[in-house]
Amino acid sequence: MTAPTNLESTTSGGVGDSPQRPDGTRKVKGEFAYSSDLWHDDMLWGATLRSPHPHAGITAIDIGEALATPGVHAVLTHDDVPGVRYYGLDHPDQPVLAIDRVRYQGEPVALVAAEHPEVARRAINKIGVHYQVLEPLTDPRRAAFDASAPRLHEHGNVVRHQPVRVGDVQKARAEADVVVQGEYQIGMQDQAFLGPESGLAVPAEDGGVDLYVATQWMHVDLRQIAPCLGLPEDKVRMTLSGVGGAFGAREDLSMQVHAAMLALHTGRPIKIVYNREESFYGHVHRHPAIMRYEHGATRDGKLVYAKAETILDGGAYTSSTANVVGNAASLGVGPYEVPNVEIDAYGVYTNNPPCGAMRGFGAVQACYAYESQMDKLAAALDMHPLDVRRVNAVSEGSKLATGQLVDTPAPLAEMLRRLKNIPLPDPTDNSDIRNLPGGVSNTTHGEGVRRGVGYGVGLKNICFSEGFDDYSTARVRLEVIGGEPAALVHTAAAEVGQGLVTLQAQIARTELGIERVTIAPADTQIGDAGSSSASRQSYMTGGAVKTACEAVRASLFGRAAARFGLPEEDLSLIGGKLISARAGVLVALADFLGDEVIEEVREYHHRPTTQVDPTTGQGDSHTQLALCVHRAVVDVDVELGLLKVVELSAVQDVGKILNRTSLEGQIHGGTAQGLGLAVMEEIQLSEGKLRNPSFTDYLIPTILDMPPMRLDILENADPHAPYGLRGAGEPSTLSSTPAIAAAIRDATGLSLPRVPVRPDDLTPTS
Amino acid sequence: MRLNLTVNGEPQQADDIWPGESLLYVLRERLGLPGAKNACEQGECGSCTVYLDGVPACSCLVAAGQAEGHDVVTVEGLAPGEDDLHPVQEAFVEAGAVQCGFCTPGLLVAAHNLVEHNQNPSDAEIREELAGNLCRCTGYEKILDAVRLAASRTRNRKQEAGT
Repeated sequence: MTAPTNLESTTSGGVGDSPQRPDGTRKVKGEFAYSSDLWHDDMLWGATLRSPHPHAGITAIDIGEALATPGVHAVLTHDDVPGVRYYGLDHPDQPVLAIDRVRYQGEPVALVAAEHPEVARRAINKIGVHYQVLEPLTDPRRAAFDASAPRLHEHGNVVRHQPVRVGDVQKARAEADVVVQGEYQIGMQDQAFLGPESGLAVPAEDGGVDLYVATQWMHVDLRQIAPCLGLPEDKVRMTLSGVGGAFGAREDLSMQVHAAMLALHTGRPIKIVYNREESFYGHVHRHPAIMRYEHGATRDGKLVYAKAETILDGGAYTSSTANVVGNAASLGVGPYEVPNVEIDAYGVYTNNPPCGAMRGFGAVQACYAYESQMDKLAAALDMHPLDVRRVNAVSEGSKLATGQLVDTPAPLAEMLRRLKNIPLPDPTDNSDIRNLPGGVSNTTHGEGVRRGVGYGVGLKNICFSEGFDDYSTARVRLEVIGGEPAALVHTAAAEVGQGLVTLQAQIARTELGIERVTIAPADTQIGDAGSSSASRQSYMTGGAVKTACEAVRASLFGRAAARFGLPEEDLSLIGGKLISARAGVLVALADFLGDEVIEEVREYHHRPTTQVDPTTGQGDSHTQLALCVHRAVVDVDVELGLLKVVELSAVQDVGKILNRTSLEGQIHGGTAQGLGLAVMEEIQLSEGKLRNPSFTDYLIPTILDMPPMRLDILENADPHAPYGLRGAGEPSTLSSTPAIAAAIRDATGLSLPRVPVRPDDLTPTS
Repeated sequence: MRLNLTVNGEPQQADDIWPGESLLYVLRERLGLPGAKNACEQGECGSCTVYLDGVPACSCLVAAGQAEGHDVVTVEGLAPGEDDLHPVQEAFVEAGAVQCGFCTPGLLVAAHNLVEHNQNPSDAEIREELAGNLCRCTGYEKILDAVRLAASRTRNRKQEAGT
């Protein structure tokens, strides 16, 4: 007998299958405990007083009246922070509670714990804060280049300036037959996860605290929280509670230190739940950007140079701005071969809300600019937009602007060919107004409606870049439970909705040839898993689970080889049985294991990357690259400025499909967020103050806004990655925005240098 | 104040309610039914949708006192039994319509209401019915799949039952 070699075909629910989510039943029954659902005997409610000013000095804080309010148990200010008074993801510059200055509207100033959330809310309004209002710095260009602007931090207003230099742009200008220029802008997008910042802090008898929160990366939280509380890390125990979406917004701390401070101070469990308005103040947003681009090309469309200046508004504190700059610089010309490059990317401090991680950071902004430029180039050369992209497309063996060799498949030209072959949707049936812009508002029966088609191409780095060793850790335990072999998988990786829990179980099933797999709750009792961001968890935690399973298997095979006198390499695990390639089925795994438990913990590291040169931007800074391309079809009512996205098609190369259902969900969801950025989503600011912190005024796509999608998913394996996979969470967010913007331009003939495109951009009256 | 209402078929009483509390707050914090969700608390996202006397409503917009004597069904009450799921719930899990799941309870009530009244909805009808429920994860494609699946299963069951 020959043992089957294809594990996928024999393990139900393994890699390549689409088993149901292990938390799915609880989620549809309303039983899944999100961080805002937690409850504890004797708990109090925490609330946060926030600055009404974008920039002000604080001269005094009077807590007397608030503290005297019946039902109030504590009022805390910066004086009550037990340890270090600053924290930060990359750089600890953000006060736990404002000390003598506030740098953005919404900055936390004081905390209250009370018996009812309404009592807490009323008490914070009784805190008297004496502000000395200062002029806010809100213009990012001024922050970058005007030395006379107020300095918001000791080291100045520039977080990072990253140049990229290749060849000689001045010289290349002479070779260009055609030159296109543009200044593009992107508004401030909000992640708008639905589950608000929330959690429960429970004081422990050992003087520590147990924290149940929704976050993307528990260990980086822990490294910031423990010093602020003046506690060693082992006294701060974190458990992931249900996460209602993340998209980058939970990478920075929100209520974690505040709830723990109140819990330690009162000796009572503390629950904090932001409402939607507070959530808009309570997390970082996507960096708005101003991007000046210039491309030169020959008559046949070949790029000869690209020049870019990108200014990213980081707002009041550092957060992940330096990394956003890194992406905007290194991916600044996108997946195109450009022999001469001059990029300058800046991230700056202003008194606008802090900006940090959001799906596709840095790459999203650049993609909108370089893709707008590619369309401009196509128009100038009278070429089809796909052709100008195809003739410049990277492929395996190309070099990025950073000099990094693309050493894995990058079939962009093939992806563009496939995109072109997807049939276009039929013309709109005007007899049903639901198909038209404006819908049942009955604004048109088709008159004034023009159709447009546009394309977008995006390149995203997967995993952390620039020398960061963002490893993951997994513990896998194999034992017999109820007569059946069963595995337990334990990591600290955050399930934020993307389906990582499903995938971890799939990997364990495939690697161990068993069906029963349980995913332990994610907590800090195990080593770091890194962040659920940068499209990295399938790769990194997937890699860690795979590696730990391999270690369990190796241990098992060692014992089996000794017992059966067979070489280890002959053995395999299939269908709950130990199988020899020569001797066939040896024994049921459950019988072989008996009472024995095999448990292994492994770390998984991706191949190392390097920092880029600070003056030339050269370096092998990225672990993995992923491509996605979109085609958008829109109908625009050019008289009213209303539009409807009719269809979106995408081609993405994912290396290997691990779970088609989850994967498609990521591509659909990422595309929808790109649609939001293209046509509706923007935090509007006036002198640093938010004008629309609610879902009434900050619009995200509804089911009526999101059109049907067609997907074509390719599997060109990356040999460096587990199973050949490519991270898939972010790429679709990049390319959908420029595709939609291009389609609107195609329909209207307008230049539209800014997203989101607003109705008044489409009906210019001046 | 004291509140009396029926929730998922059971009479419920809650005491010491502050009159400014919403029905959503009472369900979540006083009756131990956190299924209905608190994503916006101003009637924009639909995550708190429950049946109020058989009609889907945003429970965040209903003052607790307005529910006095009324009949409420939440996501916890959609399944026919403890170990069963309603076809809409089954379909959401099967079709991949659940990611983070925070919008799911409200969407399930809205989708349940749709398939109970229309077992053969067009896509345009599904979109209109669910337009008040925001989802940030899925891009809605799998939600449409789930509702189509739930509608066809409900249709088949009704045909088998001869109704």
